[in-house]
Amino acid sequence: MKPTYERPVIQKLNTGLMNKFGSRTEYIPVKQIDGVAVAGLMDEYGSPLFVISEKTIRQTYQKAQKAFKMRYPKVQFAWSYKTNYLDAVCNVFHQEGSWAEVVSGFEYQKALRNGVPGNLIIFNGPDKSADDLKIAVENRSLIHIDHFDELYSLIEILEGTSQKARVAIRVNMDTGVYPQWDRFGFNYESGQAWNAIMKIITQPNLQLEGLHTHIGTYMLTANAYAVAARKLCELAQNTANKTGVKIKYIDMGGGFCSSNTLKGSYLQGADVIPTFDDYAEAITGTILQFGFKPDELPLLILETGRALIDEAGYLLGSVLATKRLADGRRATVLDIGVNIMFTSFWYNHKVSPAQDFTQHAEEMALYGPLCMNIDCLRESVSLPLLKKDDRVVVHEVGAYNMTQWMQFITLRPNVVMIDTTGKVHLIRKSETVESIVQQEVTPEHLKGFKL
Amino acid sequence: MNIRKNIAISENGFIFNPLTGDSFSVNQTGVFVLQQLKNGESNETVLKALQDEYELDAHTAEKDLNDFLDMLKSYQLSENE
Repeated sequence: MKPTYERPVIQKLNTGLMNKFGSRTEYIPVKQIDGVAVAGLMDEYGSPLFVISEKTIRQTYQKAQKAFKMRYPKVQFAWSYKTNYLDAVCNVFHQEGSWAEVVSGFEYQKALRNGVPGNLIIFNGPDKSADDLKIAVENRSLIHIDHFDELYSLIEILEGTSQKARVAIRVNMDTGVYPQWDRFGFNYESGQAWNAIMKIITQPNLQLEGLHTHIGTYMLTANAYAVAARKLCELAQNTANKTGVKIKYIDMGGGFCSSNTLKGSYLQGADVIPTFDDYAEAITGTILQFGFKPDELPLLILETGRALIDEAGYLLGSVLATKRLADGRRATVLDIGVNIMFTSFWYNHKVSPAQDFTQHAEEMALYGPLCMNIDCLRESVSLPLLKKDDRVVVHEVGAYNMTQWMQFITLRPNVVMIDTTGKVHLIRKSETVESIVQQEVTPEHLKGFKL
Repeated sequence: MNIRKNIAISENGFIFNPLTGDSFSVNQTGVFVLQQLKNGESNETVLKALQDEYELDAHTAEKDLNDFLDMLKSYQLSENE
């Protein structure tokens, strides 16, 4: 029998690598996702292909919920639509009991279409049109006011009516982490948040129900949430003491980390991020010890997005070409571009081969298919000897990629979901030239030309 | 391509260049190619041998061999031509 072919490769042996852990190679092939063959998925649905594991979503959600519910009696998750608003994904969260958290009229309509009752939709964000606000009031949704212009718009809209809007304010604050997110909501330390509360309290058409904060994203310290929770509790208590209005809920927003590795991080993401238990302990411990009467404990709302969905998403792709760069380094061109994997701008995503290789590996740059210099998925990664048409699996792409993706140069691919029984469902069809150009209108005089 | 005479090539793919002190590792296919070159075979003969040894198509063999030879040159393992 002829020996198995692997292209000839030579590697210079270097000593004294900068990283004390040495370079790590992803040798172990990922041939299956939830028991479904990667090769089979790509044969049927093409390459690249997003794959979402329903089982992982449910398991992650239940883990997060357990961490909070075992510590605090009143917990409610609200699914952050912007993180991934594919209907199938949202509905898994809604089936698990999540409300919806939306940040635009578009997302609001999506949540309604999915069947979320209006009064279980949290409407965040700085962009709410007058029409958006009217619909939200009508549906008894929780409107989280972001700025005074929005507050006064709402007052104007409701003036002279008998309607009452259920509102909260978004509060920004110093939690000891840098950068401080102060562009959204009303500032705590400057007294702006208190002024907003007082304005709301005096309005006959506004019903102050909650306090909200979203302190940042990918928060590597759980303690920041303890600081934020204490400040919201203080606001709630002051409001109750001075106005008699009892705050029904405290919404701690999102920002929990997934185990992806941030660019520039010395350690792997999984080794540095706080667990759901760490976050839960910081938040619930603070609220419980603050001094609310047991029957007056506020409902704790969480808008966790990234940490609940990232791990459930995979992106399968193929090698288009391998080449040498001027300095002798290997470059591998994949059919996965940054236009569909936006998160490659801030994460060093784990990439695994989808077939067996020998133990030989190469340091390489991973590029996408776009004819743009920025299209780089990994500046340097050690992988087995990939060749044209080999397949790879990119891990933890469930958050933001399927919402921030762009139709740019290439078309956006199919998205499939593997259900808990291992059945594969197409949940978003790949785009076609037709689906893109149907939005275009060409003026009559530009419809023809001679060359 | 001629490989420098003093380059040491072990059967399991360890390469040592006494001139520079550099050491390298190559995979089994790399050992196969290097041994052919060390025996003074021409690039064309190595190409043919590679195809026969692994039942390889001509295009893949040529593409991969050229890439490997470029690397040998850049690591200064070849004789000056």
